[in-house]
Amino acid sequence: MSTVTPDVGHPGAGGHDHDSHGHHGHGHAEPSPLSLLWQLPTFSCDHKVIGMQFLITTLMMLMVGGALALGVRWQLAFPWERMPILGDTVFKGDGGQIAPETYTMLVTMHASVMIFLVIIPILAGAFGNFLIPLQIGADDMAFPLLNALSYWFMWPAIACFGASFFFGGGPAGGWTSYPLLSAIQQAAPGSGFAQTLWLIGLTLIGVSSMMGSVNYMTTIINMRAPGMTLFRMPLTIWSMFITAILQAFALPVLTAAGFMLVADRTLGTCFFIPSGIVVNNAAPTIGGGQPLLWQHLFWFYSHPAVYIMLLPAMGMVSDMLACMSRKPIFGYKPMVYSLAAIAGLGFIVWGHHMFTSGMNPALGMTFMVSTILIALPSAVKTFNWLGTMWGGRIQFNAVMLNCIAFVSMFIVGGLSGIFMAAVPVDIYIHDTYFIVAHFHYVLFGATLFGCFGAIQFWFPKMFGRMMNDKLGQLHFALTFIAFNCTFFPMHLLGVAGFPRRYADPYHFPYLEHLLPLNQFMTCAAIVMGFSQFLLLANFFGSMFFGKRCGRNPWNANGLEWTTPSPPGHGNFDIPPVCYHGPYEYSSPLCHDTDFLPQTEYVPLSQRQAVAQAGH
Amino acid sequence: MGRFWAIFFSLAAVVTVGFTAIGAEYWWFPGDGHAHTTLGKKIDDLFYLILIIVAVTYIGTHIVLGYVLWRGAEIRKDEKVWFSHGSHALEVIWTIVPSGILLFIALYQMDVWRNYRVKAYFPKKTAAVAEVTARQFEWRIRYPARGKTLQPRPQPDDIYTVNDIRVPAGQPVSISLRSDDVQHAIFVPELRVKQDAVPGLVIPVWFEVTETGTYDMVCAELCGWGHYKMKARVIATSEEDFEAWKINAAKEQFYDGVPATPDAVAAKADEK
Repeated sequence: MSTVTPDVGHPGAGGHDHDSHGHHGHGHAEPSPLSLLWQLPTFSCDHKVIGMQFLITTLMMLMVGGALALGVRWQLAFPWERMPILGDTVFKGDGGQIAPETYTMLVTMHASVMIFLVIIPILAGAFGNFLIPLQIGADDMAFPLLNALSYWFMWPAIACFGASFFFGGGPAGGWTSYPLLSAIQQAAPGSGFAQTLWLIGLTLIGVSSMMGSVNYMTTIINMRAPGMTLFRMPLTIWSMFITAILQAFALPVLTAAGFMLVADRTLGTCFFIPSGIVVNNAAPTIGGGQPLLWQHLFWFYSHPAVYIMLLPAMGMVSDMLACMSRKPIFGYKPMVYSLAAIAGLGFIVWGHHMFTSGMNPALGMTFMVSTILIALPSAVKTFNWLGTMWGGRIQFNAVMLNCIAFVSMFIVGGLSGIFMAAVPVDIYIHDTYFIVAHFHYVLFGATLFGCFGAIQFWFPKMFGRMMNDKLGQLHFALTFIAFNCTFFPMHLLGVAGFPRRYADPYHFPYLEHLLPLNQFMTCAAIVMGFSQFLLLANFFGSMFFGKRCGRNPWNANGLEWTTPSPPGHGNFDIPPVCYHGPYEYSSPLCHDTDFLPQTEYVPLSQRQAVAQAGH
Repeated sequence: MGRFWAIFFSLAAVVTVGFTAIGAEYWWFPGDGHAHTTLGKKIDDLFYLILIIVAVTYIGTHIVLGYVLWRGAEIRKDEKVWFSHGSHALEVIWTIVPSGILLFIALYQMDVWRNYRVKAYFPKKTAAVAEVTARQFEWRIRYPARGKTLQPRPQPDDIYTVNDIRVPAGQPVSISLRSDDVQHAIFVPELRVKQDAVPGLVIPVWFEVTETGTYDMVCAELCGWGHYKMKARVIATSEEDFEAWKINAAKEQFYDGVPATPDAVAAKADEK
C-alpha cells in the first residue's frame, strides 16, 4: 500500500484521472471543481474552505485598501482638487475635496486595511490554511472548529473598521496610533469613538490570528504524514511554522497594549498619558504615564509582524522557484536556518522604529547592530534563490514571473532598509517618503507579488482548472511596471525630505518642485490599481472557464499534488507516505520525467548513491 | 519569450539605476544639496557610503539575475539542468562576506550617533539658545533674555517667537524640545536635524549651523489634521545679528507705550 503512488495527472492529461480514476480505495468521489466555492457561505470546518474564505475576503479587501490608496495619491498629485468619481458622493460635504482630516483618515485606513485585512490574513489565513494540511499530508487541521472561528472573527473586525468610518470621519491617528493623538478623545476629529472602534477591530484581528497560529503550530508538529520529517517539509511549511511561533509570542503584547489604550480612552487610566497635558482645550490630564511605552509595546508586536507579513511569502516563493526552475532549492537547510534567524532577530529590532523618538540613545546603538544584522539572513536567502534558478530550466509563466519579481523587489526593499537601519542616516530619512518606498517594496513588491504567484500556482488545486497564463502575464507586466513607476521615485522624494502623511506638502518652498513627479507617480498608481481587475477577472473567470487540469499540472513534488483537484473532504484518497524532500526536480532518480514526487518510493541504496555523488 | 523576460528584468534594473542617476539632478537633498551643519555633513558622508555599497550590491545581484534568466531561457530540451542541493563553501562565503560588510556599516555609524544624541558627548561649549514647544499646530519658542541662560521654567524677561527659531551660526547650540499636547517632531531637512517632541519629556537637541541662512522646518510626526501645516523656519544668523535681534525683540516685546522719563514725554509730545 505504502509504495503505491496515485496515478497523478500529467499536463495534457487534464481531466483524465478525474473521469476514470474517480474512485480510489477509500471511497472518495472526485468532487466537482467548484465544490469549495459553493461551501464559501457555510460555517465549514474544512481547512480548504476556510482558506478559500480567507482568500476571497482578502482579495476584496485588497481592492478596498487600493481604493483608499488612490485617494491618498489623488491628493498628493492634485491637492485640493475635486476628487473624480467619489468626490461628489463621499466628500460632498467638503465640496468634493479631500479635507485634511479625511486625508489622514485615508492614510490610516489604507495601512490598517492592507496590513490587518489583506497581507496578514492572505498569507497565514488563506495560504496557511489551504496548504498546511495538504503539504504535510494531514486530512485537516488539528482544531477544525478553532480554525473556522479564526475566519469568522475577521468579520466583527471588518465591521468595526467599517463602522469607524462613520464616526468623526474615521480614525486618523496613523496605523501606529501613537498616543496622545490616539489616547485623548478630543485630540483630533478622528480620535473619538472611531479610534476606539479601530482598537477593538485590531484586537479582534489579533484574536483571529492567535487562533490560527495555535492551530498551525499544533498541526505542523503533530500531524505530519509518515516519513515527513522536519527537514523534508516544504519551505512553505517551515515559514508558516516560524510565522505561527512569531505570532504566538508577539501578539499578546499588542493585545495587552490595545486594552491599555482602550482603558486610557474610556476608563481614565493613564498608562500612556503624562500629567498636566492640555490637548485641544480638553481638561488637563491626570497623568503618570509615558507615551513611549505604547511605541515599545506596539513595535514589539509590529516589528515581528513585518516578518509575519513576509516569511510565508518567502516560503511559498521558494517552493515555486524550485518547481519552475525544475531544480532543487539551493541550500535547503541554510534557507530554514535563515528563516529562523530572521524570526529570532525580529524580536530584538523593534527599537529601530524609534530612533528619533527620544528613547535612551544607547538603545539606539544596540538596535542598530541587531537591525543591520537581520540583513544577513535576508541576503543568504536572496543568494540561495539566485542559486536555485542558476542553471535551471526556467518556465517563464505568470507564476515564475511573479516569483522573479519577488526576488528582484525584495533586493530593492532589503537594500533600502540598510539606510534606515543606520541610525545617523535614519535621523534624516525617518518619517520621509524613503520609508514609504522601503516598506512598499517589501510588502507589495515582495509579499504581494509572491501572493500573485501563489494564487496562480495553487489555483489548479483549488478549482481543478488552470488560470489563464497569458492574462496572468499581462497582469504581471502591467503591475510590475506601474509598481516601479509608483514606488521607485519615492526613494528620491525621501532624499529630498518629503515628509509622510502630509495632506499638502507643496506649500513648503523646498518641496514645490516635487509636484510633477508626484503626478507621474499617481498616474502609475492608477494604472496599477486598475490592473488588479485583470487578476480578479482571471481568478473568477478561470473558476468557470479555465482549462481543466489533473492532479499535478505543474509536475511538482509536494504532497498536495497527489490529491484530487480540488481535494475532497479529508484530502488524501491514499494516505501519503513521504520518502524525499520536496525539491527533487531533475534528480538522477527520476526516470523519464524531471520530478520525483515525495510519495514515490526509491530504494534506500539508490538514494544513498545519489547523495554520495555529491549533489 | 524567456529571453524577453530576461531582458525585461535586466532592463528594470537598468532603468531604476539610470533614473536615480539622472533624477538626482532634480530630486535630491534640498537646498544646495549639502548639509549645513557639522554633523549633517557626516551624516551625508555615511549616506553616500551606504549608497555606494548598496548600488554595487544591487547592480551585482541583478547582473546575476539577468544572466541566470537568460541561461534558463536558452537551455535546450535535451540539456540536463544542473542538479544541485547547494554548496557548503558558497553558503559560508556569502554568509561571512556580507556579515563583515554589515558589521562594518554598523560600527562605523556609532560615532556620529553618539555625538548626535549622547549628552556626555555633546560639544563642551554648547549654548542652550531656546526652548521649542510644539502644539497643534505651531511651534512656540522661548529664548532667555540677553546675557542670561535658559531656565527650565519661563522667566519674566524671556523672549518669545512663534514658528521662527533664531540661532547663531558657527557655534554649537542646543534647544530643549517639548510638546504641549500630542507628539510632534522637528525636522529641518537642510540641517539634517530630526527629533520627536514627546509630551512629558524635555529632549535636548544640538546642532552647529555652518552657514547663515533661513531653513524650512516641518513636523515629522503625525499630530492631527493640521500635521502638514506646521510650517516653520530656522533662521541662522551671525552671532552679532543674533544679539542685535534679541535686543530689538526684547524692546518690541516689552514696549508698553509708557515713556520712561519726563524728557521722553516731552520728546513724544513734540513728535505729535
